[in-house]
Amino acid sequence: MNSFFAQEVPLSWYLLLSAALFALGIVGFLIKRNLITVFMSIELMLNAVNLSFVTFAHQWHAVKGQIFVFFVMMVAAAEAAVGLAIIIAVFRVRATLAVDRIDLMKL
Amino acid sequence: MNGLLHLWLIPALPLAGFLINGLVGRRLPKALVTTVALLTPLGAFAVVLGNAFGTFGGAPAATLPLVETFGSWLNVGTLHIDFSFVLDQLSLVMLLVVTGVGFLIHIYSVGYMAHDEGYARYFSYLNLFLFFMTTLVLAGNALVMFVGWEGVGLASYLLIGFWFEKKTAADAGKKAFIVNRIGDFGFLIGMFLLLANFGTLSFSEIATKLTQSGWTGGLITMIALCLLLGATGKSAQLPLYIWLPDAMEGPTPVSALIHAATMVTAGVYMMARLHVLFDHSPFALSTVAVIGGATALFAATIALVQTDIKRVLAYSTISQLGYMFMACGVAAYSAAIFHLMTHAFFKALLFLAAGSIIHGTGGEQDMRRMGGLKKFMPITFLTMTIAVLAITGFPPLAAFFSKDAILSAAFMQGELGKILWFVGLVTALLTSFYMFRLWYLTFLGEHRAHAPEEEGAAVHARHDTRLTLEAEHAHEPHESPWSMLGPLVLLAILSVIGGWIGAERFGAYLAPSVGTRTAEAASSSLEWTLTGLAVFVALLGWFIADRMYRTKPESADRLATSMAGPYKLLVHKYWVDEFYGAVVVKPLMATSTYVLGWVVDKAVIGGAAWLLGGLATFAGALLQRWQSGNIRSYAAWVAAGAAALLLFVIVPWTSVLANFGIHLNMAGH
Repeated sequence: MNSFFAQEVPLSWYLLLSAALFALGIVGFLIKRNLITVFMSIELMLNAVNLSFVTFAHQWHAVKGQIFVFFVMMVAAAEAAVGLAIIIAVFRVRATLAVDRIDLMKL
Repeated sequence: MNGLLHLWLIPALPLAGFLINGLVGRRLPKALVTTVALLTPLGAFAVVLGNAFGTFGGAPAATLPLVETFGSWLNVGTLHIDFSFVLDQLSLVMLLVVTGVGFLIHIYSVGYMAHDEGYARYFSYLNLFLFFMTTLVLAGNALVMFVGWEGVGLASYLLIGFWFEKKTAADAGKKAFIVNRIGDFGFLIGMFLLLANFGTLSFSEIATKLTQSGWTGGLITMIALCLLLGATGKSAQLPLYIWLPDAMEGPTPVSALIHAATMVTAGVYMMARLHVLFDHSPFALSTVAVIGGATALFAATIALVQTDIKRVLAYSTISQLGYMFMACGVAAYSAAIFHLMTHAFFKALLFLAAGSIIHGTGGEQDMRRMGGLKKFMPITFLTMTIAVLAITGFPPLAAFFSKDAILSAAFMQGELGKILWFVGLVTALLTSFYMFRLWYLTFLGEHRAHAPEEEGAAVHARHDTRLTLEAEHAHEPHESPWSMLGPLVLLAILSVIGGWIGAERFGAYLAPSVGTRTAEAASSSLEWTLTGLAVFVALLGWFIADRMYRTKPESADRLATSMAGPYKLLVHKYWVDEFYGAVVVKPLMATSTYVLGWVVDKAVIGGAAWLLGGLATFAGALLQRWQSGNIRSYAAWVAAGAAALLLFVIVPWTSVLANFGIHLNMAGH
């Protein structure tokens, strides 16, 4: 048992997790109607990418990947602030958050 | 070089006149327009005269030909064409005629066009014509000549269509321009052949090369025939003469200057200029002679029955030009130029006198409604009489000498020459008849201005010029102002004395330019017989005209009814216009409308454009479904794209394909 915990988690597991999270994010983005859920799916994708960044940084002992993660987090935080503000504004005007209804560009 | 050189001034002065009157003439006072319009041709004439005296007086043979080059025009590879002018005996004679008669007609126009709205425009065109005509005459190579050639065509077009609100005038202008294009096509092909085979367009170099090489036969004949086509177009010979009668729609001074005295003789001048080519091709020479003879007779027969005074003169011009061609065709170029010169005098006079009549009778052109004008316009009558006597060849007036020179030259030229001589003699008879017919109908007898118009025969009457408006108040025919009579008198004097230099001396003077004829000289008794015959037929023509239009006026109508068939043929001008209309114009129009218009333009080109447009619309209609505006569908496409990219990167395509037996030819394979 000890040997089991002493072993490092293989790299591929992290990557598979990251891919799974990213795929979930895409699917959520594509099929969900609620704008907030769509927004969360985007966050999920960003974090999936973050995970793979950290994984590789750890693997190659390169600090660049971790720095990138901070950047992504920062941008995501800003985006969350702006995005939520937009969502609230949209809700006030349209009284709905269904993305199919917020489609003024549609032909 | 006293008064010599400065050849450039000769065309440049009229050009300046054209620019001034053409650009700002409408805003200038009329007197200033007149001054500019008259001074510029006068200046050109003065320069020509200066050159003429410089060469006549001093050492003529030494100073001529005089070449002035104004730099290189085209310089491509071995092709080298200069912008050059040449003054030799031939161009000097032509220049004297062109600027001299041109100046007189400018003066005449001041009176004739006095009340026209387009006064400045008219004179700017007239100056433009002089510019191009002098360029044509002075040209040292065929290309410069072609510039003048096309330019006089343009001026002619502008002046025929001068009263362009009138549809017939506008149409006549177009007709002249288009028919001339056919001739110009021949001229162009001839130039190309010259360039291809001689490598030069300079007249002197062509002459040198041709004399040295002694070429004869097919090629030279081909070139000569192409040039002949050009000449028939410009000089209104068979089969391209049809534009000239219609050109009478223009103002009468224009008819006198361009369509009688100068421009239409450009074809004759060109053949004299390139006579070396024609001399080396007997076949081309005979063709020229036959065309000339045929045209002379053909046009003279039509002139017999025309009732429009200007049309009679137009056909007479064609007929006289036929004489000149005949002379060129028997290699008697000096006789041709001699007749060209005298013809310029008396035909300009005839037209200007006719213009004076038209002016005085308030725009009347139908001879059946004239008559008895002798007592109303005595000076016009006198000058016209001189002109009629001159053209019919009474001694000692101008055409007596020049026509005689042509006829005797033809007679000396073998069997074909004898036939041509006979044709020329018959033409002389016809000429005499129709000229005296014109003379009797206009000046003698009763004044018939108010005679009822005859039905049927009045088809060709054209009495609808603008002058009608201007002279509406004048009920009685009146004599023209002195600005018009002055040129008439001067031209009458020239018509009398123009031939006195004599064909022999004239030929000797021109010899350095056009060579001397190597035909056997006629014995003096034969010469006298020929001359006597020519005068006899002229008298005979007068006699017949006198019988038919003075002593027995009803006999003309009787003849017309008894010979209704031939009469109708002549009145309708052999139906040549109708024939060309059916054979050339209609098929062309049909081809343009149906084949080019419908099939090519509408179906092929329009169809192709429609097809392309349709394809784009169709593709757009399909692709617009992609741009749904639905953010999630875009995202789905992005995801699909990313997945495709991944697939492309991850899958080892080479080995996958290799499993299917496909080997990509990769680098290092």
